[in-house]
Amino acid sequence: MMLIQCPHCGARDVSEFTYGGPADVARPADPLATSDAQWADYVYMRDNPRGPHDELWQHSAGCRRWIAVRRNTLTHELIATAEPGKLPPR
Amino acid sequence: MSTQSYRLPQGGLIDRRKPLCFQFNGRRLQGYAGDTLASALLANGIHLVGRSFKYHRPRGIFSAGAEEPNALVQLETGARTEPNIRATQIELYDGLSATSQHCWPSVEHDLGAINNLLSRFLPAGFYYKTFMWPPSWWLKYEHFIRKMAGLGMSPLDPDPDCYEHCHAHCDVLVAGGGAAGLSAALAAARAGARVILADQDFRPGGSLLYETATIDDRPADQWINHTMAELASLPDVKILARSTVCGYFDHNFLTVAETVSPGNARAPRQRLWKIRARRVVLATGAIERPLVFADNDLPGIMLASAARTYVKRHAARPGKHAVIFTNNDSAYHAALDLHRAGITVAAIVDARPAAGSEVSAQAQAAGLRMIHGHAVVKAHGTKRINAVDVMRCENSVAHGAVARLACDLLCVSGGWSPVVHLFSQSKGRLRYDGNLTAFVPDVSMQNEESAGAARGIYNLADCIADGAAAGSRATAACGLNPPAALPRHPVSQPATGSVLPLWKVEAAHTCHDKSFVDLQNDVTTADLALAAREGYVSVEHLKRYTTLGMGTDQGKTSNINGLAILAEINAAPIPEVGTTTFRPPYTPVTLGAIAGTEIGAHFDPLRTSAMHDWHLRAGARFINAGLWQRPRLYPRIGETEQQTINREALAVRHAVGLVDVSTLGKIDIKGRDAAEFLERVYINRWRNLAVGKARYGLMLREDGMAFDDGTTSRLGDEHYLMTTTTANAVRVMSTLEYWLQVHWCELDVRLTSVTDQWAAMALAGPESRQVLASLASADVGNDALPHMGYREMNIAGFPARVFRISFSGERAYEINVPADYGLAIWEALLAAGKFFGITPYGTEAMAVLRIEKGHAAGMELDGRTTPDDLGLEKMVAADKDCLGKRSLTRPGLIATDRRQLVGLIPVDGRTSIPRGSQLTLQPEQPLPIPMIGHVTSTCYSPTLEHPIALALLSTGRARIGERIHALSPLTGSRVEVEVTPPIFFDSEGKRLRG
Repeated sequence: MMLIQCPHCGARDVSEFTYGGPADVARPADPLATSDAQWADYVYMRDNPRGPHDELWQHSAGCRRWIAVRRNTLTHELIATAEPGKLPPR
Repeated sequence: MSTQSYRLPQGGLIDRRKPLCFQFNGRRLQGYAGDTLASALLANGIHLVGRSFKYHRPRGIFSAGAEEPNALVQLETGARTEPNIRATQIELYDGLSATSQHCWPSVEHDLGAINNLLSRFLPAGFYYKTFMWPPSWWLKYEHFIRKMAGLGMSPLDPDPDCYEHCHAHCDVLVAGGGAAGLSAALAAARAGARVILADQDFRPGGSLLYETATIDDRPADQWINHTMAELASLPDVKILARSTVCGYFDHNFLTVAETVSPGNARAPRQRLWKIRARRVVLATGAIERPLVFADNDLPGIMLASAARTYVKRHAARPGKHAVIFTNNDSAYHAALDLHRAGITVAAIVDARPAAGSEVSAQAQAAGLRMIHGHAVVKAHGTKRINAVDVMRCENSVAHGAVARLACDLLCVSGGWSPVVHLFSQSKGRLRYDGNLTAFVPDVSMQNEESAGAARGIYNLADCIADGAAAGSRATAACGLNPPAALPRHPVSQPATGSVLPLWKVEAAHTCHDKSFVDLQNDVTTADLALAAREGYVSVEHLKRYTTLGMGTDQGKTSNINGLAILAEINAAPIPEVGTTTFRPPYTPVTLGAIAGTEIGAHFDPLRTSAMHDWHLRAGARFINAGLWQRPRLYPRIGETEQQTINREALAVRHAVGLVDVSTLGKIDIKGRDAAEFLERVYINRWRNLAVGKARYGLMLREDGMAFDDGTTSRLGDEHYLMTTTTANAVRVMSTLEYWLQVHWCELDVRLTSVTDQWAAMALAGPESRQVLASLASADVGNDALPHMGYREMNIAGFPARVFRISFSGERAYEINVPADYGLAIWEALLAAGKFFGITPYGTEAMAVLRIEKGHAAGMELDGRTTPDDLGLEKMVAADKDCLGKRSLTRPGLIATDRRQLVGLIPVDGRTSIPRGSQLTLQPEQPLPIPMIGHVTSTCYSPTLEHPIALALLSTGRARIGERIHALSPLTGSRVEVEVTPPIFFDSEGKRLRG
């Protein structure tokens, strides 16, 4: 049961949040100009790192903000969180 | 009534003024307040408690705590019965009733004991081998194996008791109320920390409860009382007795299972605490290990510390004539305590070659016979030990002459294993300590530290000091200021020496006897050797193959011996073998406690519309749609369900019907960029939608598959109302928030879910306008409110939003009103429509109407269909991007053999087409028959008076007019069907526009 530091609501139990995948996937600026391979890479391909990972969590039972969370996937350590649309500073 | 003939005349932490009656296997017995079931049984001279898992061998009380592998009982009867309860931990209460498990007809005469004679045919990996070969045999003997396997019986009736959950936060959580835990809690509490102290026993103190030594010149139990009194006097200290810290999860989240009030049916039976602690002190103590020799499982053999507990704490004599077998000094304390209690100690058999420590000198002074360099190689007896064989022993191998010693109690001590379960659950790393012959905590991964025996400190004075230091450090880590110097408590405990590794005892004449490593699972040294010969040399594989360390005790007494024996077999050092994974819970937690109050009607929240009470009064039959409860149909007396559905659907086609659609998701969208937002979300055009108009929209996932559909209406210049399907309402809201917050931050758009704020109902049918007009404050004629129009007005005096949209294919109005007015308007519409025969209809008739109209719904929007598959390709706006649009031109999505939405009708005009049927051209083919599609939605059309279905069919649109076959192996039916366009009725849409 992780404790996630929501930038708006403070430390909240993970059960209030919904996981939303990696935080650093950018949507191509002009999707219709991408190749099939580039588009498939954006839609389907995700890294599965061991260690620090920037990911999105929606505080769905709270402020409903999609915050970015840097989490160590190995230890579940929560390193930092950031406002929606931003990544935690490195 | 028994006389408690094995009760010591005095002493013990029991209340002799409070006798308690209980039953064991139907026998009425007596114990005292302060007894456990195990101690009360021993006081009555009862050792034989159960039969073992595999061989049905007689088993007795082996320990005095959570580690108990043998003495598991079926507690109580009927709906309150609980299986596999450790007799060593049940606090005796008046009227308690327990029975032996896993034996028939009785624990004394158990027919299953034949397994002991057949054990040659029940080797390690027995189950695994029976699964594997020969495969067909499993079907034959599964029934018998299932009957033989398992221990207690689970209750068959609903649990009449209640349970609860409790959430708590604290600065310092101390797990374990022994010497280290008490002093840790006290140090933390004195410094002002918020402390929770949880102890599994009904009486705090841990090993102090049988300690002979004095602390601060006071008997140990007085020190406990003094400490508890001070803890209770301090603010912010919560003491949880009968509470086992059973799980250690991420970010210092721990669960504690509390038995609230044993035997009191009015109190919650158990309470599950969920505690978030800033720091944790693990003062979980240590568990004594058994010694492994032939027939080491007989009743009357128990851990030395357990014998000490029964004698000192419970004043119960576990025997009259004891032999002690040990490889370390702790058992000497037990020998001295037994001796002082008047139990004859025939001998202390010590595997170590010579004496030397202070405690052994005390034993010598007491005149106890010590036999060094020897081992017990075999126990004798049938249902109770009556003698042991002792031989000279070096390096675990016995030799020389056999001496037989008579006894009715054998106390064993194979050294101690720190209880590192919670530490390991917290992901901490262990280290093997060769001097202690045990794994101890090494590297912490969370905000915790272990203290006292839990990290291998066994000397009492050191334990107390270690606990206090850990408590102080925990307090400092919470930002409080503990005192720099901690008082040291003088303890009158004789010093002890070292432990000699002795994992098993081998003797030539006992090699065909069973030496048990795991008592609960009947795993012997021979099983481990066989498993190793068969290649199971990893400790995790060994566990699963032999069941070593499984079961309700999870190998608390067996794991270290088992892996040390495996290390010997592999000729590898013990740390290299490692341990199996420690997983929560530490001791079994009843499912009732995990469920808490979230059972029955409280299992899930229930969502009902504002008109729900009316539906109930009208006798509606309901269906659960997600958390919503929706009326399926409103049957009249004497109707079949099909008749009801037909009546309701025909009423909409020919007159007027009213359906509750409050469950549809409603999202209020406001902002300067609302139109642009809709353009990006939906595949079709939105900028050109005028105020006062509604439009059907389809949104895709980024992979191009249809995600959700619904109508969105423009309420104002910068104000829209989106509707979603019932099932996807939450996901659509969350997804729209995702795009706005994460990717489209530049858009000025605000989203508000208003699903619950508005009651919604659809008034549908040729007469709907007449009904509405009689109540509406505004003109609802075709010019003022045409198809896909929207107006605000008053209906029956209530403010309402009226949308001219139709799911049924008839002239229809969807009316949204603030939820509090929902019921009033619903009733007003029914009253106004009475003259026209207005008919409330449910989801079944609604489904019929939409299948007749070929509208795609949940069955068709199954995450695998594209706009083109659904026949909606013309909706995709060419001159813009939107979510998922780029995927629509990927090769897989433009493949020519994709399944497309079509209609089906039975060729014979009457056979219904089962939902989920597979479609094929070649029904006579041998299996597997090539399939070209499947039936998604199906019904009887009362309008057309024959069955119809929607299907997804490969190259379906090109097959219109063809005859194919629908096969349903589930119903065993095969229907010849004709492929049709998906719209069965009024394909020009004249009725809904009229």
